[in-house]
Amino acid sequence: MGVEQKLGNMGAVTTTLEQAVNWSRTNAMWPMLFGLACCAIEMMSAQSADYDMSRFGMELMRPSPRQSDLMIVAGRVSRKMAPVLRRLYDQMPDPKWVIAMGDCASCGGVFNNYAIVQGVDEIVPVDVYVAGCPPRPEALIHGILTLHAKVRGEKIKDWA
Amino acid sequence: MFPSQPFEVTVDELKHLVSKRALEGETMLLNMGPQHPSTHGVLRLLLELDGESVISCIPDVGFLHTGIEKNMEAKTYLQALVMTDRMDYLNTVGNNLCYVLAVEKLVDLDVPPRAQAIRIILTELQRIASHLVWLATHALDLAAMSTFLYCFRERELILDILELCSGQRMMTSYIRPGGLWRDVPPGFEEAVRTFLRDFPARIRQYEGLLTDNPLWIDRTRDIAVISGDEAVGAGLTGPSLRGSGVDFDVRKAVPYAGYEQYDFEVPLGARGDVYDRYIIRMEEMRQSLRIVEQAMNRLPKGPVRSDNRKFVPPPRSELGTSMEAVIHHFKLWTEGFKAPKGAVYLPVESPRGELGCYLEGDGSPRPYRVHFRTPSLTNLSALPRLSRGHLVADLVSIIGSVDIVLGDVDR
Amino acid sequence: MDAVRETQMRMIEKSVAALRKEFGESVLGVETFRDQTSVVLDRAALVPACTLLRDDGELRFNRLSALTAVDYWPKEPRFVVVYQLYSIPNRSYLGLRVPLHGQSAELLTLEAVFPSANWPEREVYDMFGIKFLGHSDLRRLLMPYDWQGHPLRKDYPLGYEEVQFSFNHDEIDRKKPYARE
Repeated sequence: MGVEQKLGNMGAVTTTLEQAVNWSRTNAMWPMLFGLACCAIEMMSAQSADYDMSRFGMELMRPSPRQSDLMIVAGRVSRKMAPVLRRLYDQMPDPKWVIAMGDCASCGGVFNNYAIVQGVDEIVPVDVYVAGCPPRPEALIHGILTLHAKVRGEKIKDWA
Repeated sequence: MFPSQPFEVTVDELKHLVSKRALEGETMLLNMGPQHPSTHGVLRLLLELDGESVISCIPDVGFLHTGIEKNMEAKTYLQALVMTDRMDYLNTVGNNLCYVLAVEKLVDLDVPPRAQAIRIILTELQRIASHLVWLATHALDLAAMSTFLYCFRERELILDILELCSGQRMMTSYIRPGGLWRDVPPGFEEAVRTFLRDFPARIRQYEGLLTDNPLWIDRTRDIAVISGDEAVGAGLTGPSLRGSGVDFDVRKAVPYAGYEQYDFEVPLGARGDVYDRYIIRMEEMRQSLRIVEQAMNRLPKGPVRSDNRKFVPPPRSELGTSMEAVIHHFKLWTEGFKAPKGAVYLPVESPRGELGCYLEGDGSPRPYRVHFRTPSLTNLSALPRLSRGHLVADLVSIIGSVDIVLGDVDR
Repeated sequence: MDAVRETQMRMIEKSVAALRKEFGESVLGVETFRDQTSVVLDRAALVPACTLLRDDGELRFNRLSALTAVDYWPKEPRFVVVYQLYSIPNRSYLGLRVPLHGQSAELLTLEAVFPSANWPEREVYDMFGIKFLGHSDLRRLLMPYDWQGHPLRKDYPLGYEEVQFSFNHDEIDRKKPYARE
């Protein structure tokens, strides 16, 4: 916001600045370890050698929310876990993104009952939904690349 | 909808569980929260620490409670099968098997021998896959990171076989009441035989990395020693119990699904510590390979689904020629088959211990009550006893060796 | 194989006979279904019966395998608490069923006999509201600690949320509590 006002109409400079910052954000996006259930196993498979996620800059999965940019909610969120999820999301510093991995995180999945939150977007704003039960590691990587494309398209005024 | 601050379990709630020294402030109460890299899922532990050693450890579970048992009461028997995969998500084929065997016992349905053999092959392959994930995460917690990558590489081979049969890597729902969903495709035998040929060398590779490694031995020997009688009293089952020398394996004790035809051993430990449980699980992987080999050599030909059209849908080819087949198909897919009034309890051996399904029918197409006696719940309840007096770093070893899966605990 | 099965059946018969001899009228019935035997006991006889089954030199049921409950609402007796005991030396399972009335859903805890009953009893309390008297730590296990109600009772709703199809998409979208920031 402030940058735009200061630089005024210097469109070329702001565009390059946007590109540079977005490029650096996507290339080293550190996910937070938030594997809850079965999708976590597929997330671990995506991290391992066959479907390597570290080629996209996501080698380190940080358990601490203070050091991560991306929260991959992998698995079903129960009503007991929901406040914990919100608290961890609040503890993450900006800029932050959320991927809802799997059917249970996107919409409640197979479980339409008293115990499961019907879609994690009731608690945190979600950027990308990855479908599947559980999604294949390739589907998760596709979701991450979609997120990268979304981040690359961000403008200065969208930045936090 | 959600409170602005998360619920806190305060010390008032747990006063009767922590010692007086904690309330006076001499010892520290530490929360090893639901989100933690080493708790293998969403497990919350409230630790009372004196410096680094654990005085007591109070597990708080329920963060993954999914209401599966209540949800299964609202679905037909076949629809409910899909939910069983998602309980113990590392032993999906085994969960299917447990539930389907209980349903078949309740309605008294026989399964052709080819289906039985293939069920056993897939269950044992799933046992190997589950032990691989156990080894990967246990070793990762104890800083042996390369084991994680190797184990997941092997696991991909098994998941490829499961995907070949059913189309899904993890939640297969391949085992259905009456047999299997459909026959195995032509590439199955070759894939399994390639796996049988290549895997023993890999187990030797993992053992070479860990078994005689002084660092590994330091971190796992004489940790969480528990005697046989105490283990039985504490409710342990599976490799955690056999590590203490108690010979209880459901496959040998109450054979199901044709296990009595195969020749395999059940490894037992001597000391009951974390190292023994590690050795037992490595040996169990070898014994599973043995079972798969015997089953592949003897694989009988024939149908993979029972002929009883009251419970098993007819093949599509019959629908064009037989009116009865159409009626059975219609009834089964709209209403589902009805089970008699009665209750059965069927235990199987999951990689974690005794997994039992208590199934009660009431004459309707929906189960009246389904309860899964899951091994991880009782294994986890023994954690306070196992971790007393050890350091926090050992707690990580202990949780890894007990091999809990939170989906199993919370259902 | 049949010899093993025979010994198991004989053990079960002996156990039932021992229970009948010791507890007479407290044994309300024996149910056999698909070769599995369950003894229906009165609630007062549960702990002594389990102690007898565990300590007897021949029967040796030294493990509690499963502990759960079934809700038969609105029929009475409303609850039946189901136990499965296992004997490691004899390799046999025996089921016990204890019927309870809805108004007085209380039972003595089995923790003294089998320490592994601790968590399953907490789970039954959490899901059904059946109190276990004398339990060392009876609190909720799976639901949040301030949850109202006992989910697995038959009069507790499933909590089903309406599924969003294209015809009711916007309607549900308006009512759903999305998090916006």
